[in-house]
Amino acid sequence: MSTVTQAAPGDFWEVEPHHHHEGASTSIGFWIYLMSDCLMFAVLFAVFGVLGGSYAAGPGPKDLFDLELVALNTAFLLLSSITYGFAMLAMVKENTRGTLMWLGITLVFGLLFLAVEIYEFNHLIHLGAGPQRSAFLSAFFALVGTHGLHVAFGCLWLVTLMIQIRQRGLIPANRRRLACLSMFWHFLDVIWIGVFTFVYLLGMI
Amino acid sequence: MAVPSDIQTTFLLGRLDWNAIPQDPIVWATGVVVAIGGAGLLWMLHKYRLWSYLWHEWFTTVDHKKIGIMYVVLALIMFVRGFADAIMMRLQQAIAFGGSEGYLNAHHYDQIFSAHGVIMIFFVAMPFVTGLMNYVVPLQIGARDVSFPFLNNLSFWMTVGGAVLVMMSLFVGEFAQTGWLAFPPLSGIGYSPYVGVDYYIWGLQVAGVGTTLSGINLLVTIIKMRAPGMTMMRMPIFTWTSLCTNILIVASFPVLTATLVLLTLDRYVGTNFFTNDLGGNAMMYVNLIWIWGHPEVYILILPLFGVYSEVVATFTGKRLFGYTSMVYATVCITILSYLVWLHHFFTMGSGASVNSFFGITTMIISVPTGAKIFNWLFTMYRSRIRFELPMMWTIAFMLTFVIGGMTGVLLAVPPADFVLHNSLFLVAHFHNVIIGGVLFGLFAAVYYWWPKAFGFRLDPWWGKVSFWFWVVGFWVAFAPLYILGLMGVTRRVRVFDDPSLQIWFVIAAFGAVLIAIGIAAMFIQFGVSIARRDQLRDETGDPWDGRTLEWATSSPPPAYNFAFTPVSHGLDTWWDMKRYGQTRPRAAYVPIHMPKNTGTGVIVAGLSTICGFALVWYIWWLAALSFAGIVIASILHTFNYARDYHIPAEEVRATEDARDRQLASAGV
Amino acid sequence: MTSIEAQGDKHRAERQAEAHGDQHDDGHDHGSVRSYLTGFVLSVILTAIPFAIVMAGGFESRFLTAAVVVGMAIVQILVHMVYFLHMNTRSDEGWTMMALIFTVVILVIVLSGSLWVMYNMNTNMMPQMNHEALGLGS
Repeated sequence: MSTVTQAAPGDFWEVEPHHHHEGASTSIGFWIYLMSDCLMFAVLFAVFGVLGGSYAAGPGPKDLFDLELVALNTAFLLLSSITYGFAMLAMVKENTRGTLMWLGITLVFGLLFLAVEIYEFNHLIHLGAGPQRSAFLSAFFALVGTHGLHVAFGCLWLVTLMIQIRQRGLIPANRRRLACLSMFWHFLDVIWIGVFTFVYLLGMI
Repeated sequence: MAVPSDIQTTFLLGRLDWNAIPQDPIVWATGVVVAIGGAGLLWMLHKYRLWSYLWHEWFTTVDHKKIGIMYVVLALIMFVRGFADAIMMRLQQAIAFGGSEGYLNAHHYDQIFSAHGVIMIFFVAMPFVTGLMNYVVPLQIGARDVSFPFLNNLSFWMTVGGAVLVMMSLFVGEFAQTGWLAFPPLSGIGYSPYVGVDYYIWGLQVAGVGTTLSGINLLVTIIKMRAPGMTMMRMPIFTWTSLCTNILIVASFPVLTATLVLLTLDRYVGTNFFTNDLGGNAMMYVNLIWIWGHPEVYILILPLFGVYSEVVATFTGKRLFGYTSMVYATVCITILSYLVWLHHFFTMGSGASVNSFFGITTMIISVPTGAKIFNWLFTMYRSRIRFELPMMWTIAFMLTFVIGGMTGVLLAVPPADFVLHNSLFLVAHFHNVIIGGVLFGLFAAVYYWWPKAFGFRLDPWWGKVSFWFWVVGFWVAFAPLYILGLMGVTRRVRVFDDPSLQIWFVIAAFGAVLIAIGIAAMFIQFGVSIARRDQLRDETGDPWDGRTLEWATSSPPPAYNFAFTPVSHGLDTWWDMKRYGQTRPRAAYVPIHMPKNTGTGVIVAGLSTICGFALVWYIWWLAALSFAGIVIASILHTFNYARDYHIPAEEVRATEDARDRQLASAGV
Repeated sequence: MTSIEAQGDKHRAERQAEAHGDQHDDGHDHGSVRSYLTGFVLSVILTAIPFAIVMAGGFESRFLTAAVVVGMAIVQILVHMVYFLHMNTRSDEGWTMMALIFTVVILVIVLSGSLWVMYNMNTNMMPQMNHEALGLGS
């Protein structure tokens, strides 16, 4: 820091203009948003961890969960992850049609995941195991439901982005958005790993 | 228990009806004053045709400087409201003795102490700090704006939306009567069935979105937009503390959001997270909210530690003593602030191991804080200190804050806390650190950077009046609370039986009056300074002989901040520039790429506020409609790809030439 | 040449390098078909095994089952981070990784802290509640 001994007066200003790489901050900004979202899930996991055993003399995981359904749902989400990956690869190759096709497939898997989850929730509520029944069920619905809402939001974003790509092609702005949604989508996968492990699998042991 | 079925609701207005207007002459009188004042303001805006100016130049702006100023204006307005609450409490407690009920009923009094806390933390301290960081950080790092200018505008309006909801509760319905953190089961639907807690929840949620987004924005700005050559260890100390503050915001506000969502579900859907039955656990709420709450304390104080550092270095004319240790102390505090939350509820019965762990971590956190105090002292040691107003506030801070810190370490000892928990000793302690640390720092910052923001200094005479009334008033108001707390008086009490306590409350009320005079003097000072702005003009852009880059540009800075990007070769870049006789470059000006203004922020935040209001009153159709509006407005915004423009080179040249003439006339 | 000029030159050189490699040298890689498939296959395996174990009734020791399931989950999260989220220490000068590490630290504090604090409180204040939580009958 004390290396400044003598300076040519011009050296304190950057006279030649340089262009700030546009959108250079977007990916780190979105990543930081995801990190904050992650901490929101941390709270929901902590609540599940603390209240997950409070059945209030009501049904517990073994009375309610159907692991085959969860496995199916996990498969949908995993498949949607790799199809999104293929969409990104098509984007790198400037293949608009391919990108759109893979995004469409991803959307289908996302919607299938949501359909199964809605079915599951509906089923539980009909069994009398709604979120009001016990602290365990409150925590379960809050955690799994929040993840589901994120997937739903991701699907909405996906549709928006598909329209924008169709309108304007793979321009840099759209490529940045695709990369952000990619992070979002894979991030939801990571959260789901936590959900199926700590909520479903550990609950069934 | 879900939404109680015995509440009368209509489809159109939910549970909103004429009974929502409080039956209270004090509120009516306030309402009349506000209505007359508001109507007068609107008339003035109309008469001087300011609407278009405000909309185009301020409300839709994405300029970080204007947004920063708007944040501070919001904070000052809310400060007046929060202080009005404070003085009402002091008056009530000073007269409610010997069988007197005072002048506030319990329902009203409980709302006042809750609103006071919520407003002072969320809508005074937070916007004030955010506004400062918004204004100063991009200038200090030599950037033209923040990383996401539109988000910055949206964040501001979301904060305003939250403030509007909280203010609305004064005239329509009621506010929470639960204290500022709304602990269940009191804040559950069973014990707080009306709208108070709902106003609290939605006010904080709307503002919380803004805070989180602005945290991400400033964090990325500091990471990505620093001037060339400005490595991490060359960043001005205020930028460092802002960086840590924004890390804390991003990593703690989600916890608050999630916790409040769960409380909302308990109240609206009938879940059992924090209820007394069906397995719920109210202490989990206390645990979670303090995981947010303790970092929040450091979110408030850290940037002001930065301010004090800048002020001390500037007004002693020396480099800050121990810059590196200051940085490490700040980083240590950032991490440690996540390890102390339980000291807010030692008495909940966690047992010896838990309590001693958190007691020890709490004591450890005072070590880096102490290191900072020594750094400031050593910077001042054997230097020629200029006692301008910012420096005076800094000295007042050091004397006041150290006492507050010591009472804090006292409270960190669990057995002592069992005696003092929830007493006025605690109230005195946290006012001691928040007023003595945060507020004094904010005043130092206002005096320090006002000339930069507006191009003229503040009148020192009124500033000194304000200073002395504030500092003396603070001690007269809060020293009695320490004594009362040691005598066992608990907080949030409305009437007293023991007449021997009254004298202390009377003294405290007198202190509050002194503070009121201090506040009045400050507003008079603003007025006087604006009137005398030509005598107080700062032509140089560097009125204090500053050290960091914000002083390298004009006061007020042009929209683009710097015509050419500054290059840093060490700490205190502007100091180096002056030392080595830099010259402002006269190279060919080029068009400057800037973001365009947009009204989307106002629209989205407005819809969010409406949505919050509808949810408070169970007006479901309006809630659904406004929520859909938020989603649609946000999506439509993403279809707008033309978000920037160029300031033409001729305009840049004209601005810079004017600056040259200004500097020449100032003889620089 | 004085050191400050040297710095300036170095700086200009960096700028130019940046300007040229603008498009691709942002430290983000988008992976390849191969890396995505590797990640996918690994995560299918890491999902299938714990599901199979639990659906088959688990091991003799509940603790062992839980440990294996959680272990697999942690590995799978790492697989996703590497193959799908392309985490590395280079992107955005390491800030991405820094943010992740900080988040993990806070996450661990929030989770373990809450469990520890609440467990202690329940044992001290509401001993009857833990029986239910531990499955010892209510």
